[in-house]
Amino acid sequence: MKKYNLNHLRELEAESIYILREVAAQFERPALLFSGGKDSIILVHLSVKAFWPAKIPFPLVHIDTGHNFEETITFRDELCRKLGAQLIVGSVQESIDKGKVVEETGYNASRNLLQTTTLLDTIEKHKFDAAIGGGRRDEEKARAKERFFSHRDEFGQWDPKNQRPELWNIFNGKKNMGEHFRVFPISNWTEMDVWQYIYMENIDIPKLYYTHERDVFLRDGVWLYDAPFMTKKPDEKVERIRVRCRTIGDISCTGLTVSMADSLEDIIQEIAATRITERGGRADDMRSEAAMEDRKKEGYF
Amino acid sequence: MMEEKEFSSKAYLDMELLRFTTAGSVDDGKSTLIGRLLYDSKSIFEDQLEAVKRASIKKGNESIDLSLLTDGLRAEREQGITIDVAYRYFATPKRKFIIADTPGHVQYTRNMVTGASTANAAIILIDARNGITEQSHRHTFIASLLQIPHMVVCVNKMDLVDYAEETYEKIKTDFQAFAAKLAVKDVRFVPISALKGDNVVKKSEKMPWYEGGTLMYILENIHISSDHNHIDARFPVQYVIRPQRDEYHDFRGYAGRVAGGTFKVGDKVMVLPSGFTTTIKSIINHTKELEEAFPPMSVTITLEDDIDISRGDMIVKENNVPRIGQDIDIMMCWMSEKPMRLNGKYALKHTTADARCLIKDVKYKVNVNTLGKIPDDKNIGLNDIARVSIRTTKPLFYDSYRQNRKSGAVILIDEADNTTVGVGMII
Repeated sequence: MKKYNLNHLRELEAESIYILREVAAQFERPALLFSGGKDSIILVHLSVKAFWPAKIPFPLVHIDTGHNFEETITFRDELCRKLGAQLIVGSVQESIDKGKVVEETGYNASRNLLQTTTLLDTIEKHKFDAAIGGGRRDEEKARAKERFFSHRDEFGQWDPKNQRPELWNIFNGKKNMGEHFRVFPISNWTEMDVWQYIYMENIDIPKLYYTHERDVFLRDGVWLYDAPFMTKKPDEKVERIRVRCRTIGDISCTGLTVSMADSLEDIIQEIAATRITERGGRADDMRSEAAMEDRKKEGYF
Repeated sequence: MMEEKEFSSKAYLDMELLRFTTAGSVDDGKSTLIGRLLYDSKSIFEDQLEAVKRASIKKGNESIDLSLLTDGLRAEREQGITIDVAYRYFATPKRKFIIADTPGHVQYTRNMVTGASTANAAIILIDARNGITEQSHRHTFIASLLQIPHMVVCVNKMDLVDYAEETYEKIKTDFQAFAAKLAVKDVRFVPISALKGDNVVKKSEKMPWYEGGTLMYILENIHISSDHNHIDARFPVQYVIRPQRDEYHDFRGYAGRVAGGTFKVGDKVMVLPSGFTTTIKSIINHTKELEEAFPPMSVTITLEDDIDISRGDMIVKENNVPRIGQDIDIMMCWMSEKPMRLNGKYALKHTTADARCLIKDVKYKVNVNTLGKIPDDKNIGLNDIARVSIRTTKPLFYDSYRQNRKSGAVILIDEADNTTVGVGMII
């Protein structure tokens, strides 16, 4: 290693820590959106580093669809306990019960879209002025246009054609009452960077990311978990095979990867060899060409 | 197995990050070039390629339109143009790359400026059939204005000029004559055909007269470790860390990102604006104690003496202080549809400091196509670049942008709607 040179993971880390500190400095009531997936776990890890030896100066917010993997919830609670972090849960079930949203029906029913309402309600209820998310620009083409500091109007909407220019490392978090920001500290990380960083820093992740046996069925070329609330078509047969999660989201739209990877080294090798993007198994993105852009405009993560 | 793991993880840790920018329109073959870099480095995935194929067919294109890969917004796809800066990522075994892909037309000058602000290198695309055009002037000027340290001039579409050496040499000579007038330090040239793949990733057999490396070779080997300023120590204080825990009762840490020079434990330092001097007690990154910090590291510094320090202050060395002042001349690029107000007041951000400023005077406007100065035009609108004098409400601790891209940059914010309206490079 040459002197006065950071490798790319350390440079990305330095950039993300800088942004997390900007959030703490520029906003009054920030929150970190925590899904239990690897990207939000990295955000928590970076936040611990950014403010050490002080505690993370913002709560973790989980938007719970009620259709989460059980392991995700256990992992979330254990992490908060270890860090002494405050946890706030926004419940999609509650939004449904209150009649604010209507549950989708049919074979491809998912609570993914309903999260937006619960998320915006939670932001409003707690008067959060900045919500930190684990979105990355390499995930999806609408995300590739996203700013680090992304402005949302008083309805929580994103206006992609009218974004603030963002230059150097100067971030403009000024806003009017009722508006808020979404902040994406790991915008410049790729899926590979995330895994290499987890490996380098020895970060604990849910067991769901490693190979395990699970009851699954195949739909449109994607393996889905046969959870009790999933409606199967007559010709969809349940099989028990070894799979792992490449991303962790709502069960109804998390495609599982057939895999034998049981260590971080295996996962990294698998990702290096793969020819499909990680969101390739996300049913929520396949709904249309601009599915992500449309959801984001309305206030999605 | 154990040995192999050791080897591969170490190899990965030696990778550097290179950020580069490309500017151009569809006709220049910019999207084709990016598509080629991504495709040949195996960074396009099957489902992405499938999606692009589907979209190309829907639009009635006969061949795959790789620009659909980068044009992410609905409006961009509908109009067939790139509106915004798109960021793309790829890696080779040697380096990780971040491309800031920007549109090239004059009405998108502000997007080019944005993409250029963090780049180590700029790719300037020139159509071999047309030679140097107004657009090449504009792109080169912006790259030099934003002080991108390295420039790679790609003479593209060599296949359409029979791979002729004379054509390439003529463009190279013309470009060098033009670049001599600008502050461009490191320029390289490479003849390519993005469409056919000549000299992009694989060496061309059609141009045996070209002895240099391929574009990919150049990108992988440009020396970037000296792109940061390692001489003038600058540490803008970003956030003060005061843990409310018993075991760290007396802890006061100053968090920030090193903007220049190096800071070592035991160094004598001065804090601005107070002017107090003290010594660095420790430099920490999480639980690790570091011996020294340098750009672009994010660290927390503790000091021997208890001094009142807050966000926006700057830690420097006593024998190397930045300029301190309120009357500042900047090269400004205007980013807003609302024209600049002469004698108007704006909010200003500089490193971690906040202030307000007054626009006192416009010295001249730059014609970005001819690079001529227009002294009498004081009307500054969207995409205009001008030399402007401002006065700030409080002293800034700054360097010239040429000396340091971090302590020499400011942004201006409209106080009515909070949008970023102007960006400036301190002269």
